[in-house]
Amino acid sequence: MAITLSGDQSMPAPPLSSRLTPAQVWGIVLLAPYLLVFLAFVVYPVCYGLWLARAPSNYVALFHDPIFARAAVNTLIFLVIGINIKMLIALFLSGFFAQQRTWIKWLSVIFILPWAVPSIPTILSVRFMFNPEWGVVNHLIFSLTGDDGPNWLNDPAVALSMAIGVHIWKSLPFWTLILITGRLAIAHDLFEAAEVDGASWWQKFRYITWPSMQTLYITCTLLSMIWTLGDFNSVYLLTGGGPADLTHVLATLGIRYLRLDQLSLAMASIVCAMPFVLPLVYFMMKRLSR
Amino acid sequence: MKLPGVSEFSWRDVAVEARLLLIGIPVFLWTMIPIYHMFLFAISPKEDAFSGKLWPDHPTLHNFEIVFKQQHYFLRDFYIQFWNSTVIAVSVGVLTLFIATAAAFAISRLKVPGGRTVLNLALFTYFIPAAFLAVPMYRTMGNYGLLNNHWSLILAMVTIASPYAIWVLKQASDKLPVELDEAAVMDGATTLQIFRLVYLPLMMPSLVAIGTYAVLLAWNEYLYAFLLLSNDREITLPVALGNFLAADDSPWELLMTTGFIYALPPAAVYYAFRRYMVGGLTAGAVKS
Repeated sequence: MAITLSGDQSMPAPPLSSRLTPAQVWGIVLLAPYLLVFLAFVVYPVCYGLWLARAPSNYVALFHDPIFARAAVNTLIFLVIGINIKMLIALFLSGFFAQQRTWIKWLSVIFILPWAVPSIPTILSVRFMFNPEWGVVNHLIFSLTGDDGPNWLNDPAVALSMAIGVHIWKSLPFWTLILITGRLAIAHDLFEAAEVDGASWWQKFRYITWPSMQTLYITCTLLSMIWTLGDFNSVYLLTGGGPADLTHVLATLGIRYLRLDQLSLAMASIVCAMPFVLPLVYFMMKRLSR
Repeated sequence: MKLPGVSEFSWRDVAVEARLLLIGIPVFLWTMIPIYHMFLFAISPKEDAFSGKLWPDHPTLHNFEIVFKQQHYFLRDFYIQFWNSTVIAVSVGVLTLFIATAAAFAISRLKVPGGRTVLNLALFTYFIPAAFLAVPMYRTMGNYGLLNNHWSLILAMVTIASPYAIWVLKQASDKLPVELDEAAVMDGATTLQIFRLVYLPLMMPSLVAIGTYAVLLAWNEYLYAFLLLSNDREITLPVALGNFLAADDSPWELLMTTGFIYALPPAAVYYAFRRYMVGGLTAGAVKS
């Protein structure tokens, strides 16, 4: 007997199983593992984290922490300066690697290495190169000038620039690769026609290459911004946030609070980044799911 | 016009080549210096490594011997840590492939109700910055009682790898013609038979790309591994490398040697599957 709440609905709804085709039932079964992972390791942690960060006192404490303000500014520098430099170099290099030369093909195979190998040994290698006493960079400076080189990682501005450099070193190959794909998709006869008309390389870039790559370039820049916000390694492994916690970005700051057992502050610092992240995420989702 | 067999010398070509070299040489140096420096440390005796030489006076494999024989305090658990990294990376690869293939098949081929929503949820996760999710994830793993257990890292990495995997596999699935499924249904195939006999074989190249991606992601991961595992016999190689730094006089030549050994498998795997990866992964990252 079906129990109906309203009087005029006398017929019970058919059971769910008869409304779904066997294929759809299988579809639900096959989708279930991902849904479980998503619920257990994305929805629950995010909700729990937001709940932990709910008290306004967290945000008051955060805004009074000078390290937070510094980390927010550093993150902005990373995003605005670092990413634009990286993407412009990637755009330039995509033109270089699109040239048909055997040696350039071989160089492109080597060029991918920073992206393929793990961060930790290579970033630590950079860190040692710039060690003021034993690093190879200051050895070279000493043998060339007879003076001691600077203590590279001791000046926050220099250390942050170097962290941006490390970030560029690591992720440049990936973006260059994507932009090469974009460049190779441009019809070749456009360039041939421009060649016949005697266009300069700048005119070819300005009127053919850039218009066809503009959308891809902007999407890559935005996606790179989101991923860079999550880049913990470049800063942590090079400077550890130092000297005096002045080179933290939001990604390392959150983990720093976490290590100090201040989970609600850690979550609050991430929540503060959300007004910047969510519009980016929304835009990317719209663009990708088109 | 150029005649076949006659190579024409032109100053213009030389100038073009020179300009390209002017870009190529810095690019080569920029790419290789940190990697070469790591290799240099690995083949240098301690004195040479710290002297700032660009090539050691007496190159040696002694550092590798120390690592492989676990002859240093920091390297006591080298083999078990290497093994941990391997088990975790392979588990993440297998689990991600399983979860993502099933989901992509359900969304793209079976047109399951709500599939579109699940894909959007997955895309949303794909765009959460990894270090941001790490904070609540750490606490969640504690609540589940999984901290210091390999499952915490495996599940965390599967969570991070799956969205992208589903996205790429769904794109590839959509390119397979519907007629194949229809023909198989005509022949009386069940859904599972279609999945096993029609779908999986056709998806093989994408599955190789995604499996490799997930394995490399887990092998190279530092942040989550460092948060979720702490016991010396449970940690993975990158965490062990990070722990070298805790000492005042870290044995840098051993750190770099271990790092070099640790970096070899991903580089080898990457080059072995390069043709699959570049096509499969860049297409998924940004729809161009």
